Amino acid sequence: MAKRLNMRERYKLMTRLGWEPSYQPKEKIFPYDKYEGIKVKDWDAWEDPFRMTMDAYWKYQGEKEKKLYAIMDAFAQNNGHLNLTDARYVNALKLFIQGVTPLEYQAHRGFARQGRHFEGEGARVACQMQALDELRHTQTQIHTISHYNKYFDGFHDFPHWHDRVWYLSVPKSFFDDAMTAGPFEFMVAVGFSFEYVLTNLLFVPFMSGAAYNGDMSTVTFGFSAQSDEARHMTLGLQAIKFMLEQHEDNVPIVQEWIDKWLWRGYKVLSLVSAMMDYMLPESPMSWKEAWEIYFEENGGALFKDLERYGIKMPWYADICAKEKDHLSHQVWGILYNHTAAAAFHTWVPDDKKMAWLSEKYPDSFDKYYRPRYEHWREQQEQGNRYYSQTLPCICQTCQIPMGFTEPDDPTQIAYRSSEYMGDKYHFCSDPCKQIFDREPEKYVQAWLPPQQIFQGNCGGASLEDVLKWYHINLGADNMDYVGSPDEQRWKQWKGLLDDEPPAEVSNG
Amino acid sequence: MSKVFLALQDVDEARPIVEAALKDNPGAELEHQPAMVRITAEDRLVINRDTVAEISGTDWDPQDIQLVLISFGGNVEEDDDAFSIYWN
Repeated sequence: MAKRLNMRERYKLMTRLGWEPSYQPKEKIFPYDKYEGIKVKDWDAWEDPFRMTMDAYWKYQGEKEKKLYAIMDAFAQNNGHLNLTDARYVNALKLFIQGVTPLEYQAHRGFARQGRHFEGEGARVACQMQALDELRHTQTQIHTISHYNKYFDGFHDFPHWHDRVWYLSVPKSFFDDAMTAGPFEFMVAVGFSFEYVLTNLLFVPFMSGAAYNGDMSTVTFGFSAQSDEARHMTLGLQAIKFMLEQHEDNVPIVQEWIDKWLWRGYKVLSLVSAMMDYMLPESPMSWKEAWEIYFEENGGALFKDLERYGIKMPWYADICAKEKDHLSHQVWGILYNHTAAAAFHTWVPDDKKMAWLSEKYPDSFDKYYRPRYEHWREQQEQGNRYYSQTLPCICQTCQIPMGFTEPDDPTQIAYRSSEYMGDKYHFCSDPCKQIFDREPEKYVQAWLPPQQIFQGNCGGASLEDVLKWYHINLGADNMDYVGSPDEQRWKQWKGLLDDEPPAEVSNG
Repeated sequence: MSKVFLALQDVDEARPIVEAALKDNPGAELEHQPAMVRITAEDRLVINRDTVAEISGTDWDPQDIQLVLISFGGNVEEDDDAFSIYWN
């Protein structure tokens, strides 16, 4: 009887099914794999770390799905949302479905499209599987979070919001940028920078945040997705090493892409920093701690490993290190100011949260940010809760309002600018400016929400007109948590209303 | 010297894997977090098929780790006998 093939051999036999074309020239079948300047001498050198053939794929994915949906059903049937620490937590999920879930869908499209353009079958198969995984993530996130849509505002029109609303152009533009790049850059942007280097800074805050705040449904989704992410991480790392090992000419190209995409990813994650420090009633860790573990430590080890290829840690790493004491507070301030135009709530942190922030940020919170919150709280108590009635200037590259400060001076707003073809463009930082200057033709085409609103492309001239165009329900999706319908319902369910007896908890 | 890590779901299915990791990798450390266990080691962490099978009392395919895997830090090498994470 013939000996069973080992994993390596099995996988190779089942995936290396390519052939030399004779009906069409190769350049016509793979029209995009040369123009970026990446040189590949030998596609046979591509290594598959996770050797999953389709039968194994469906077996494991099917098993994961059964477990996941059983837990979702149990959560819904048992009114799991009533076990949350506080309804403020739900705003983290609003940010997730609005900002992250559509990116999963973009990743699905990106891997399906870009994966097609690699000549090597190993790369194509891995991209195809990732495209399936990302569609799975889109769907499982929507299913998981749909339960909350029954009971809370801020969920009902998330795809519409993602394509139009100002703070969501931050994640949207990240992926538009990646989707309009070539296949190799896409791999570095998404597969490496996001899925390998930065993924923990997205998933761990949301998932441990969910665990600490009683959201079992989201924890379960998170863990179920993370096992797919392990495969994605290895694809990203393998793609990088493959490019670097194939030709020394690839090294400077890859370094530029790493520099561009880690910064773009970092900027998107600033929204997560505010979420983890401010939206979670029980916070497992601070942004500063997460950055130290997942970027400075883990990322440090990674870049040490890549040194032998001539790859260096991005030049702005020290900017991120300086900003880690300030990022989340500055972003929360931006979101707080513009909550009238957002599909989630914000609020002044309470004393317990401020004590936690003081402890986690001993060098910055009490000095720069506590006085701000105490002032806003005072204003709110006097009936003057501040909502900006104007539009912020946003960065042309990352599209975040320009509320960030100089790395060496947290009292000075950072402004940079560039001129291109007679027009002036604005940036929040040196790295964003550098990204623009490297590819101005790309970024001058950005769809910037404030500019579009001023041009009259977003429903009208008043804030109310724009919110209607956004499909944001005034007085429900937007404004402060205090006084919101979300708060009212939560107090009712938990028997916290002053003038009512405790409500009976329904089990049906 | 760089640290590798492996994060698994804190469920029954992962217990033999965790025990095998601690048995076969002297110096490996275990940390508990909500719903998750995290194993760290210097430079290399190996999960051996035979060790897991011996502890659990049933066959184990290294690919099965995917059902309980959350995240890891390091390069991956997977074959019929082991699942390894390492830095060069």
